[in-house]
This record gives sequence, structure tokens and C-alpha cells, in this order.
Amino acid sequence: MDFVIEQRTVILEGFWMTVRLTVLSGVLSLLFGTVLAVMRVCPIPPLRWAGAFYVTVVRNTPLTLVFVFSTFGLPRLEIRFSFVTFAIIALTVYTSSFVCEVVRSGINSVAAGEIEAARAIGLPFGQTLGQVVLPQAFRAVIPPLTSVFIALTKNTSIAVAFSVAEATSILRRLQNQDASATFPLLLTTAAGYIVLTLFLSFSFSRLERRVAVAR
Amino acid sequence: MKHHLRLVAVLCAALAMIVTGCGDEEESGGPDVEVEEDPEFASGSVMAELAEAGTIRIGTKYDQPGLGNINLETDEPEGFDVEIGKIVAGELGIEPDQIEWVETVSANRESFIANDRVDIVIATYTINDERKEQVDFAGPYYVAGQDLLVAEDDESINGPDDLAGKRVCAASGSTPIENIRENYPEAEPVEFDTYTECVDQLEAGQIDAVSTDDIILAGYAADPKYEGKFRVVGETFSEEPYGIGLEKGQDDFRDFLNDTLEEAFEDGSWEEAFEATLGASGVEAPEPPELDRY
Repeated sequence: MDFVIEQRTVILEGFWMTVRLTVLSGVLSLLFGTVLAVMRVCPIPPLRWAGAFYVTVVRNTPLTLVFVFSTFGLPRLEIRFSFVTFAIIALTVYTSSFVCEVVRSGINSVAAGEIEAARAIGLPFGQTLGQVVLPQAFRAVIPPLTSVFIALTKNTSIAVAFSVAEATSILRRLQNQDASATFPLLLTTAAGYIVLTLFLSFSFSRLERRVAVAR
Repeated sequence: MKHHLRLVAVLCAALAMIVTGCGDEEESGGPDVEVEEDPEFASGSVMAELAEAGTIRIGTKYDQPGLGNINLETDEPEGFDVEIGKIVAGELGIEPDQIEWVETVSANRESFIANDRVDIVIATYTINDERKEQVDFAGPYYVAGQDLLVAEDDESINGPDDLAGKRVCAASGSTPIENIRENYPEAEPVEFDTYTECVDQLEAGQIDAVSTDDIILAGYAADPKYEGKFRVVGETFSEEPYGIGLEKGQDDFRDFLNDTLEEAFEDGSWEEAFEATLGASGVEAPEPPELDRY
């Protein structure tokens, strides 16, 4: 345990990277996933097909492969970023497909009468969506979104194999330095992930209560 | 729609990468090795036993291009370590095709020697005191050192002191990556599980250098797949003397191996072996190292 305490700054730096990966790719997937969901319900067929194609391909590809495409494939196309950026791209591309399906189910949960009413008072598609449908949809999808983001937090650990110094990578490096500290290191790292995911669930359940509507 | 085009492009690139990665490579079998006719050895010595048997079991690596690398077509290893093995066998009157090659990896070399699975090990085997407690070493036949592999046209890196702000790749958990992290904190360490991944990133221009033993880097530089793409910087910043490992206590055999190496240093067969294997990357054969007859 002494070794863990001695190395606390390095461990914390690792978790800080995990937090950054989670927050950045979480926000980006929420945006991109919502766009995809809107594509999948919009009245223009090619956009619907494109959305469905994206979800089918990406959601059924293992995350490690998405990482390989991003970290090893993009540089071949002369697209150069830092390895952290490649990781964020991979996580966003992957998580967006899950966010899309969650948001789409939220959109479908909005009563048809709401949409008819919006149309009846003359709102165009954009406003119907932005003012009427999405606000109600998001309210409904907070619990499943929480699960998606918890999965994302743990998925960031795949970046260990793609040169990102996040929590799992630090665990492996320190383990290599002092094999006798393996068990305390594992426990500390596991505890770190639990703290992060508990914080996430806590925040989201507060959000859920705040936006809840008495029916 | 744009997203899809991008994704398809990435998929294609990755596929192309995999396909080219599997391309076959051809390498020569190395120079002809002189085989002694009926050499004389003191009866009862290890040499006499091996010469009598007409075969020798040599442990080498199967995954180090230029040193000991399995040729998938012939199913035989080839490289500098393999050539050294042929020279030793030749001195015992054993033809190269009578050698029994055994794959050894870093972690099992001592136990293969101790359990008599091999007669000698020639497998980028660094001589150090810890290992000398378990096995004996003849040699060194080469002194490797941590070096840098960079793109052929990269003029900005000429030694470890030029690494500030550069992305340097080495295998996770390896000695080279720790050395970079500790002694060259200005460099940006990049880690992957294997050196192949590092070299792939270097080829793609995503990183600036790959760092490990110079001789291993020379192997990548000489690999026909990467022809003309990389150069080894040539400024080593650590010392790794490679020796021939043998069972502890076989002093007459160790003397014989050292004599054989000395002879190979002098008659040019060592240099020939180097040029036929590692030298293909354009690395000049260095001066043979000083033997350590402890």
C-alpha cells in the first residue's frame, strides 16, 4: 500500500485522463448520437437509411477494432492527431450509436398527439422536434443514458492498448515497476472507477428528479 | 452521408494495411559456411559428443527480423544469430541442414539450457551477472545498445538528445520505454504492446522514432517490407552484449565457442554473416567486440 501512496500523483493523473476521455467523448456522443437519432426519424428517406446504416455497422463492431481503425487507420489517410484525440474519436464514434438508439426510443415514447398538436398550430419539423419532442424525449431517456455513460467510462480503459496514459495504463506501468504491489494497485484502480461511475449515476439521478414532471 | 464516406475510407485503409502487412518477404539463406571435415576433439568433451552425433540443438528467436526470424516458406529460422549458429556448427563438422533449431523466447532461455532442451542458445541473449548465476556465456559476439529508428528523410533526430518534444515509441513495460521516460523526460513516450505496432505508426508518420536495441531496429530497417523507409540513427545510449548461452560448468565447450568466435572475427566470416543479414539495412558491419573470457 505504501507504493500506491507514494505513486498517488501518477495514479491521479491517470484518472484525470480517464475523466477527460469520458467527459469529452460523452458530450460529443450525446450531440452526434442525437443528430443520428433525428436522422433516423426524419421525413427524408436517405437520411433515415444513413442513420440506420451507421448504427448497424458501428454498434456491431467491437470497440477495440474501432480503436484500431482510428489509431492505425486515420494516420494512413494523413489525418494526424494526438493519440488522446484518436481515442476520443473512437469512443465517440462507438458510443454515438448507442446514444442514438436510446434517444430514438425516447422520441418514439412521445405521444403522437403531441406531434399532431404541434403540427396543428403550424410548427415546422425543426420546431416540432426542438420545442416539443426532444425536451420530452430526453426526460424519458435519462436512466438508459446513464447506463450508456457508465459503460463509456469503463470503455475508456480500452485506450490502454493505444498509447493513452489513462488509469488502466498507469496501473499496468506501476505493476511492472513493483510486482509485489499488484493487489493494492488493482484495488485502488477498481475503487477509482467505482467512484467515477457512482458520481455519474448520482448526478444523473438528481437530473432525472429535477426534470421530472408530475403526471 | 459524409460520415459514411469517411468511415468507408478508414475501413479501406485499415484493410490495405492488413493486406500489405501479410505480404511475403524473401531473404537469402545467408553466405555459405565452412564446414570442417572430421574435426579432432579430446574424447569425452562436449565437442566430441556433438561432432560424433553429427547434430546440434540451437535455441534462437523466431520473431526478430534480421537476427532470428522464421521463414514461413522454408520453416527455418534465418538471421544473424542463425548465421553465428551455423559457424559454430561448421566448426564442429556439422552441416547447416543438420542443425536442429528450437524456438526460444526471452523468458524460457535459462530453463531450456538447464533442462537440456538445447545445447546452446543464440537468441539476442544479453550477458549479465544475474543470468551468469544460472548459465555460462561465450562471447559477446555483438554489443547492442538502445538506439533510435527514424524515417529515412528525418534529419532532426541524430541522437537521444534530439528527442525533446518528439514522440518516441517502445513496447509497454520494456526497458527501453522506462529508459526514455526516466532519462529523457522531454520526449513524449508512446507505448504499444509490440514493436510491429510502433514501426507501423512510424511508417504512417504518426510518431517520430522507435527505440530499442540497435540490432533489432536494423532488422526492421532491412526488412524488404520497409525498404528505404527508415534509418537507424546509430547513437547508442545503453549497452547490451549478446552472448552464446550454454550449460553452466562446461568450461572446455565455452573455450571452444570463444575460440570459434575469435576465428570468425579474424577470418571475416563474422563480418560476412553480418552483411548478409543485418547489413542489408545499410548498416556497416561494426568492429567485432572484445571477447569476455571470464
